[in-house]
Amino acid sequence: MASVKGIGGRLYSGETSFNIVGNAKRWYIISLIFTAISIGTLAISGLHLGIEFKGGSAYTFTSTTATVEQARSAVAGSGISGEVIVQKVGNDKIRVQTGSLAPAQSDAVEAALTSTFGVQVSDIDTQIIGPSWGKEITKKALYGLSAFLIVILIFLAMTFEPKMAVAAIVAVVHDVLITVGIYALVGFDVTPATVIGFLTILGYSLYDTVVVFDKVRENTRSITSSSKQTFTQATNLAVNQTLVRSINTTVIALLPVAAILFIGGALLGAGTLKDIALALFIGMFVGAYSSIFIAPPVLAYLREREPAMIALAKRVNGRGAPAVISTPAPVDLAQRRGPRNQPKRKGRK
Amino acid sequence: MSTPTKPTKKTGRPLRSLSILALLVIALASAAFVQGATAVRLGLDLRGGTSVTLQPRIAAGENGRVTNEAIDQAVSIIRQRVNSLGVAESEVTAQGSGTNRQIVIAVPGNTGRRVVELVGQTAELRFRQVLASGPGTTSVGSGASVATGSGASVATGSGAGVDTGSTATPVNGISAAINAKYEALDCTKLENLQGTGTDAPTETIAVCDRNGSTKYILAPAEVLGRQISKASAGLDTQAGSAWYVSLTFNGEGTTAFGALTTRVTSLPEPLNQVAIVLDGLVVSSPRINEPIPSGTAQITGSFTQLEAQDLANVLKYGALPLSFDRGEVAQVSPTLGADQLDAGLLAGIIGLTLVVLYSFLYYRGLGIVVTGSLTAAALVIYLLVLLLGENIGFTLTLAGIAGIIVAVGITADSFVVYFERIRDEIREGRSLRSAVESGWIKARHTILVADAVSIIAAALLYIFAVGGVQGFAFALGLTTLVDLLIVFIFTKPLMTLLARMDFFATGHRFSGLSQKSSGVNRQTSTVEA
Repeated sequence: MASVKGIGGRLYSGETSFNIVGNAKRWYIISLIFTAISIGTLAISGLHLGIEFKGGSAYTFTSTTATVEQARSAVAGSGISGEVIVQKVGNDKIRVQTGSLAPAQSDAVEAALTSTFGVQVSDIDTQIIGPSWGKEITKKALYGLSAFLIVILIFLAMTFEPKMAVAAIVAVVHDVLITVGIYALVGFDVTPATVIGFLTILGYSLYDTVVVFDKVRENTRSITSSSKQTFTQATNLAVNQTLVRSINTTVIALLPVAAILFIGGALLGAGTLKDIALALFIGMFVGAYSSIFIAPPVLAYLREREPAMIALAKRVNGRGAPAVISTPAPVDLAQRRGPRNQPKRKGRK
Repeated sequence: MSTPTKPTKKTGRPLRSLSILALLVIALASAAFVQGATAVRLGLDLRGGTSVTLQPRIAAGENGRVTNEAIDQAVSIIRQRVNSLGVAESEVTAQGSGTNRQIVIAVPGNTGRRVVELVGQTAELRFRQVLASGPGTTSVGSGASVATGSGASVATGSGAGVDTGSTATPVNGISAAINAKYEALDCTKLENLQGTGTDAPTETIAVCDRNGSTKYILAPAEVLGRQISKASAGLDTQAGSAWYVSLTFNGEGTTAFGALTTRVTSLPEPLNQVAIVLDGLVVSSPRINEPIPSGTAQITGSFTQLEAQDLANVLKYGALPLSFDRGEVAQVSPTLGADQLDAGLLAGIIGLTLVVLYSFLYYRGLGIVVTGSLTAAALVIYLLVLLLGENIGFTLTLAGIAGIIVAVGITADSFVVYFERIRDEIREGRSLRSAVESGWIKARHTILVADAVSIIAAALLYIFAVGGVQGFAFALGLTTLVDLLIVFIFTKPLMTLLARMDFFATGHRFSGLSQKSSGVNRQTSTVEA
């Protein structure tokens, strides 16, 4: 533990420093590969949607003796057609999932289960989803997503600066794409609870990014008045200084989510708890990654294109030349490097 | 540093903040006590019950847009149906935003199974001539004599001797079956106020009014709700500020209503009344004073503003009835509900414990601050959930529990942000006491912005929510707000107080603020201040 803390101090002073922002290309490539895989998987196999999106019915009942095979044959005997999925959930529960059923068919399934396993109708937990329901919640989720991105863009642009807002949104889109991609790849069920999870990731991922950007802003507030650091370097220092904080916030945020995931998965089997927690668990990892490796480099890239930052970079890189007399220095450098470009640059300033 | 000095302005009077929090907790607790809110209101997924979510749409073959008023009207129609089940604490609410709202029906316990068949049907509005009316109770000793069966058409109403006294007598020209049904009809029984299924447009029917005080025999429908083109409530200022409802029919409606009014207006009471029947229950039965061939009618009476507007809304709704797509039906047995509650609580306890353990491991002595703050936050959240359950009907669902647990992470994040800022300040060479203050100013901004993002997310989730999602969003938003409160009036003042203690101020090995943990090598830096 003590050594970890020691690292915290060294990262702060810059004594130890990971060149995260400087190696932006590496992270971009990693993320691009993952994003490409995500989009590819989504396009080819799509998401594994729960009955909430497809429409259908699910019946869950508790029985210590019932087997999946018995339940399957009982349901088959009730005369319904179409795909029937029977699963064991948790220790003593059986879940039967069917396509869309008419009310009479639904009653037939319940009757078959009650007569075969001796459970009361009232002890069967049922969930019946209309066929158009999925479209409805998909639409709402998309509205929610768009509204969120727009509101956050405006909020961050006002609180920080527009370029930070853009970088933060890039990171968020990255997180959602990759998380959804992981769902497509592994084939986890997507339920409305999963969608809540996805939408919450947006908030979380931004939360992490905000913490880093707040430090970036502090480090770069009066950056142009000296020639010690380029914007990229100052950003990298901020990322390093907040690294311990980022890791700690992520660990602390993940602990309760892991607890829900474990309890929801082990005790209840399927359900709201597990679905929310799984989406959050995956999303928080990706979110932590993007707040360190994607958002700050994107920000640095955007800012380094500003004339003031280009000038600053030149002053810093040309260190050794007296930084105090700042005006003639860049001109000298420019002359030395490419005289033909000189008039243009003057005009731009 | 060695002698505690009096609090300066800069440290922001920690004891005062802490007492404000204590007062707040006492206030919340006594409010809960006074209102008798002793238990958290649990959602159906935690105590068993049936919930049905319906998506209102324009009925097939109709043109127009779903309006907010129509949804409100649909909610009250469905509420009427659900209440007929007589299950306590049944709820019918509209959720979501704008005209895209869903209607959510929640019926606790096992009786809710029947609700599913009840709520899906489209409610229609019809105009029917009143053939007989009487008090809503079973008529005793009226000798239920059989109608003469004169074969005279009902519409003529010739010689239909109708007794509007306390007991209703059978009406001539009406079949024995309907008469018997009318006699037996007890409008004080909830199941007779359900409405649905009693309202075939081509039949003569025996029905109750909405509040169960009067029963009627009504002729087949002659004018339909969708033949109404406009309805509104208005105030007649000349006639002593009386509220009225004005009503305009379309072409077909004008003809039909003209014929109906012309025929009935000269008949004796109650045959000259026309009942406005919505979903099989009589909403109003105005007397027709004159033939109305113009297609524009005005209903007057001793209406209050609310009654007039309600009637106008009923008529508007009738003009464009909604059908309901059954979105989701979820039936949870009380056993599963109890299991889910246990699991949710267990997950919460494990999650909290892990967070506390991690903070002690990493932040040593500062773990006390984390534990204390989380306990204070938990207390405030618990009291708020109690009070909100009592006052605005907030129910805690499994998704809500998940939201609260997830927010534990967000709450603890605020402490991490603050602690790391304090360490940063110590690394800059400040003493603990000044680091606590200057670190706070910087951490405060980060925490505010980060929590604002979290609250925006929760608010949008809430607005665009479907069913259970709202519980999650509400819990997330609520806990984030509580987090802000706690960080400002508990965590920060507590740090200010702890900074005065030697254990922390001298950077004890286990304080979490030792030079080693902050990565400062200058032995003198903390002592000199």
